Amino acid sequence: MTVLPFRASAAAAEDVINEFTGGAAVADAGIDLTAPEIAENGNTVPVSVSAEGATSILLLATGNPTPGVATFNFGPLAGAQSASTRIRLAGTQDVVAIAKLADGSFARASKTVKVTIGGCGG
Amino acid sequence: MASGVKPRVKVPKKAAAGDVITIKSLISHKMESGQRKDGSGNLIPRSIINRFTCDFNGQNVIDVTLEPAISTNPYFEFEAQVPEAGEFKFTWYDDDGDVYEETKSIAV
Repeated sequence: MTVLPFRASAAAAEDVINEFTGGAAVADAGIDLTAPEIAENGNTVPVSVSAEGATSILLLATGNPTPGVATFNFGPLAGAQSASTRIRLAGTQDVVAIAKLADGSFARASKTVKVTIGGCGG
Repeated sequence: MASGVKPRVKVPKKAAAGDVITIKSLISHKMESGQRKDGSGNLIPRSIINRFTCDFNGQNVIDVTLEPAISTNPYFEFEAQVPEAGEFKFTWYDDDGDVYEETKSIAV
């Protein structure tokens, strides 16, 4: 098994996005992504996503060895389509969130996070 | 069985019917990403929690798929509706096949 070079996964991230959206057009509004501008420790970066009326939200780290971070699927009793968690980032990169809205359309938000110490070991 | 796995969940004890409450959950788990190497240069195999779900009285609130990029001790904060008194059930699924469960009841 080989270790992928840093940033090799930007194209992989596009593949994951296409798989999630099925190639549909993605709007720029309708989703909020909150992440720090600078994260000193890439091992635990707090992020939160929120998209009103979303059925699921895909979270990606485009500069990680594997771009997938998490997929949130909201059930009928979700109080709001929002969630917060902590993620690992290998280095300075864009974090992308894509929401699948109830009407079948998609919304995208991205944010650049500067990482001082990468969080993927290696 | 991963050692030292302990789920913790914070749910209010009471709510009014129809209220939206915030739930915080954390489970202690090393979340080995499968990218790191040990002292002799061998890859440490991946061992993470790959799915987390929360249900209330059998109805789904949130179902999260986790990838290795989720930090050690996966933490989630989310919101849930409380239509009636009942029980929240939280389930974590480990890569090694273990399932960790936690329940919290809430009164209205």
